Amino acid sequence: MLTVKNISYQIGPHKLVKDISFSIKPGELIAILGSNGAGKSSLLKLLAGTYKPNEGTIHFNGQPLSKYSALELAKMRAVLSQQNVVSLPFNVQEIVMMGRYPHFNNHPSAHDHSIVNTVMEATGVLSLAGRSYLTLSGGEQQRAQLSRALAQIWENEHALLLMDEPVSGMDILYQQQTLAILKAMTQKKFMVISVLHDMNLASQYADRIIMLKNGRKWYDGTAAEVLNPKSVYEIFEIESDTFTNPTTLKQIIMPREIIYDNNKPPLST
Amino acid sequence: MPKGIIYAVLVIALILAGAFSVGLGAVSIPVPEVFALLLHKAGIRNIANVNEQHQVIIFIVRMPRLLLAILVGAALGISGASIQGIFRNPLAEPGLVGISAGASLMAVAVIGLETTFLAGLSNVLGYYLLAFAAFAGAGITAFIIYQLSRHDGKPNVATMLLAGIAINALAGALTGLITYLSSEQQLRNITFWMLGSLGGATWQTVTTLTPFVMIPVLLLPRSGKALNAFSLGEIQADYLGLNVNRIKRNVILLSTMAIGSAVSLTGIINFVGLLVPHIVRMVIGVDNKHVLPASALTGALMMVVADIISRTIIAPIELPIGVITALIGAPVFLYILVRDKRKLSI
Repeated sequence: MLTVKNISYQIGPHKLVKDISFSIKPGELIAILGSNGAGKSSLLKLLAGTYKPNEGTIHFNGQPLSKYSALELAKMRAVLSQQNVVSLPFNVQEIVMMGRYPHFNNHPSAHDHSIVNTVMEATGVLSLAGRSYLTLSGGEQQRAQLSRALAQIWENEHALLLMDEPVSGMDILYQQQTLAILKAMTQKKFMVISVLHDMNLASQYADRIIMLKNGRKWYDGTAAEVLNPKSVYEIFEIESDTFTNPTTLKQIIMPREIIYDNNKPPLST
Repeated sequence: MPKGIIYAVLVIALILAGAFSVGLGAVSIPVPEVFALLLHKAGIRNIANVNEQHQVIIFIVRMPRLLLAILVGAALGISGASIQGIFRNPLAEPGLVGISAGASLMAVAVIGLETTFLAGLSNVLGYYLLAFAAFAGAGITAFIIYQLSRHDGKPNVATMLLAGIAINALAGALTGLITYLSSEQQLRNITFWMLGSLGGATWQTVTTLTPFVMIPVLLLPRSGKALNAFSLGEIQADYLGLNVNRIKRNVILLSTMAIGSAVSLTGIINFVGLLVPHIVRMVIGVDNKHVLPASALTGALMMVVADIISRTIIAPIELPIGVITALIGAPVFLYILVRDKRKLSI
């Protein structure tokens, strides 16, 4: 259980996160939506423990987040960033094993090896185990990194997985597969919080959606509750139409095309 | 290939090259006699008719030089690998990024000041002072370059190499300034080691250098796992529960301790720190737990071999060892640049 109460965060005069509260239960997948600069990444860094809130509190499994040592935290929460540059040609198996680093001192145990194998099987990178990370496609690299994050917290019930736009730059199959893996992880009682760009992905897979604007939480609820033309306009400043998928009953959001006045082309000054 | 075999091959090659090197020179001593004399000296197996002249040549003249080559090579190899790991950059080499220049600047400053302010110091203390000063110079430069070469928490290759050029130029200019202000005796001392040479080897330099090199060689491999995590990026390493700042400080301190003290006694020897980790990774893989100790061994081996070449190629004249390492290392550096051109574009 992660409980966030009235947290604010600022760097210098810039308030990046303002008075946000919410909580997430084990087994839940929350998507965070918002335009660029809405405070999504800052919120994620606060939840990861990288930033300390100026105001408010974060409780993680019964304890203030700040009370955890870096190592304790590493065993219970994993973070997957948007960009993952690896400076040396490690192979995929070695990258995934890095997720087990908080769990062993010098040599990985047989148990660590078996977790790495299980995770790679779950994410579909087992066949790439011996390949150099630098030779993988963007989607494969991201799945190797996802495997690393999962290996880090694999056996901890109520562990927290934080992700910053995990599917940006991936093709559609990888996007769907990745979210499906995450959804499956919530069956293991993980708590998953992911920043997403794609509202429809959020609608398909997230149990709850939190929408941010200017560092504040504007909406918080299921896709059916919060995704509608009004909220989408407030958050993203685009006109849209929402439909319901007749078979899955999930919300679908279609942005309307923007038509500029031909007499006043927008790109000329 | 199993890692144990690789280590064994390196150790055996180092011993053989060392014995060959000790036997080599104006008075040539065959390798079996070298081993026999060593065993005799160690009291393990006494031999009846000891060749006194050979014994003196080996233990007074050539042995210190061999040990100096081994220590300096190990220092260059392991700090090259560590610095590359911490900078997250396979081109970060102590010489190229100006760490060695920082060390040599401090060493020159000490030599320049020695007769005026530190005249009372004995010779032994002088060596330690020199090593400490160079260590400080290397450490300070490394921290400056590290800070300069980062933008938004990410390393920037172009800035790192350009900052290296600037620091090299600055240190070169200041070194030049000090040499102009130096007396003739000081000047001789300064130019002597600015050539990058093992010629100054004595038992005294070897004993001075030993702790400065052996402590890092023994401690740095313990940071292997952390350096692996560093290759994911500092932020990711932090998420894995590592104390990023402490690791950074420890690794930079230990590797500049080795590199600075080595530079203070032999001058700047370029490219070994670049070349060795690259070769090692090709053979043993990229896991820093093995790359670090194997780089120390390979660096030592490479210096012993380079020393053999420098003494034989135009014998009896001895080529500065820095010439040999640059002749081999610079083309390899160019090769890496061409290979990684796309990744390195500004």
